[in-house]
Amino acid sequence: MSSMLQGRWWSWGFRSAVMIYFMVLIVLPILGIYGQSLSAGWSAFIDNITEPLAWKAVFLTVKLAIIAAVINILVGTMSAWVLIRYRFPGRRLLNSLVDLPFALPTAVAGLMILLLLGPQSFVGEWADKFGFAILFHEPAIVIAMIFVTFPFVIRAVQPLLEEMDSSEEEAAYTLGATKARTFLRVIMPGMLPGIASGAMLAFSRALAEFGAVVLVAGNIPGKTLIASVYIFGEIESDNAAGATAVSVLLLTFSFIILWLVNYVQMRRKGV
Amino acid sequence: MRRLLIGLTAVFFGLLLVVPVIRIAMGAWNEGWTGFAGGLTRPETLHALWVTGLIVVVVTLLNTVFGVMLSLYLVRATWLGKKLKQLLNSLVDLPFAVSPVIGGLMIVLLLGPETALGAMFNWAGIDIVYALPGMILATLFVTFPLLVREVMPVLQEIGAGQEEAAATLGSYAWTTFWRVTWPSIRWSVVYGVVLTVARALGEFGAVLVVSGNILFKTQTATTLVYQDVENFNLTAANSVALVLAAGSVGLLLFMEWAKSRKEVH
Repeated sequence: MSSMLQGRWWSWGFRSAVMIYFMVLIVLPILGIYGQSLSAGWSAFIDNITEPLAWKAVFLTVKLAIIAAVINILVGTMSAWVLIRYRFPGRRLLNSLVDLPFALPTAVAGLMILLLLGPQSFVGEWADKFGFAILFHEPAIVIAMIFVTFPFVIRAVQPLLEEMDSSEEEAAYTLGATKARTFLRVIMPGMLPGIASGAMLAFSRALAEFGAVVLVAGNIPGKTLIASVYIFGEIESDNAAGATAVSVLLLTFSFIILWLVNYVQMRRKGV
Repeated sequence: MRRLLIGLTAVFFGLLLVVPVIRIAMGAWNEGWTGFAGGLTRPETLHALWVTGLIVVVVTLLNTVFGVMLSLYLVRATWLGKKLKQLLNSLVDLPFAVSPVIGGLMIVLLLGPETALGAMFNWAGIDIVYALPGMILATLFVTFPLLVREVMPVLQEIGAGQEEAAATLGSYAWTTFWRVTWPSIRWSVVYGVVLTVARALGEFGAVLVVSGNILFKTQTATTLVYQDVENFNLTAANSVALVLAAGSVGLLLFMEWAKSRKEVH
């Protein structure tokens, strides 16, 4: 009897420890930031959001994250297709390389892109000659965003392509469909959920990215200052209210996307 | 078409992923061995690597223990209602959606020197923000979902049948875990741990905000790279970055290996 009681005490202890850990670490800080943003009242919140530099930063971030997501959709879908459907020397190596951006520290990724696009590099010289400005301008931010979000679409599309039943495709050919038609009508619908959820994850990660972007963006307020760097600047200059307001805006955005991704995946499982 | 697509993919991978790594290596060596070694053996580099190592160890230990237990509860526990489980399950993902900078800001807002909690800890002689505990908290927050997301699907897949059989045969909960559950989740835990280590090693935004990046105190390897770049000390930045990149590539190779083991079992 006493050992049973002891066992129950133990398991109660474990349960509460894990739940408290989870609540204090994850839930409390997020509730805290929402509470804090409204602590000075609704109008103060609106003031902080409508500050021109703030909304310009948010707008720029959303715009560039969309561009990065679109490029990711195109290149990511193509790469997933090539890595699953074709057999060629070096395929396994490329496949392992996909995860590299997840493994690399973002500050290192930022430094890499800085070096890649810098004035001494091939790309930098070439851009200079043709009068482009890449580094410390919008293209550099987009490249940094693509770099850190590169694996999402590929890793979301690959399993779908792998488990796709080839008999459907063969049936389409047998019925006289052209290659292009088969791709659009048979293969594409199968890949679509993966492309959608991968692109949304990439988009939300690009919205949040800081380390890779801060080194290559130049961070000129109103021009190349993205939201996360803006928040960082506000924290550094002790304007917590401004930082929280923009944070809440960005967080709400990301939460909606996360919820959408879950919804897409749930629906897929349901069907 | 086939050749074209393969070629395009290879070129894209080369430009985006391979060339930058090579450039970091070249950048670290552009003053030869002395430049590279000099960048690495500076006292601030050694201290930063020590701080990073400490954070990685503490964060990985805590998140592994709590992550495995939370996954077990979220999949198996009967004392949590179904609705509550679903809610908690979606809460696990939240740190993925939070920008690291915002993650850091949360901790500063809750535990900073001006807040009630922060003042309390300060009174007890513990600094949280601009000190190691805050940096550990920030990294814990950022890396929390990684292991849970690896372990939960496996637990769902293997089902509770074997565990129930073991319990029916009179085995203690503890024995059931080690003898029945652990062997089947082992490799996904390893995989999750590797992901956690990689992320903890590379965490930058959250740590930068919480640490204040104080030289010889709270500077980590990644924030040192950032500061070196800001100070135009590129060779030193490249040396530290190369070490970090080598660490990540090593982890990546280990990950591939763990993945293949995970598929076998």
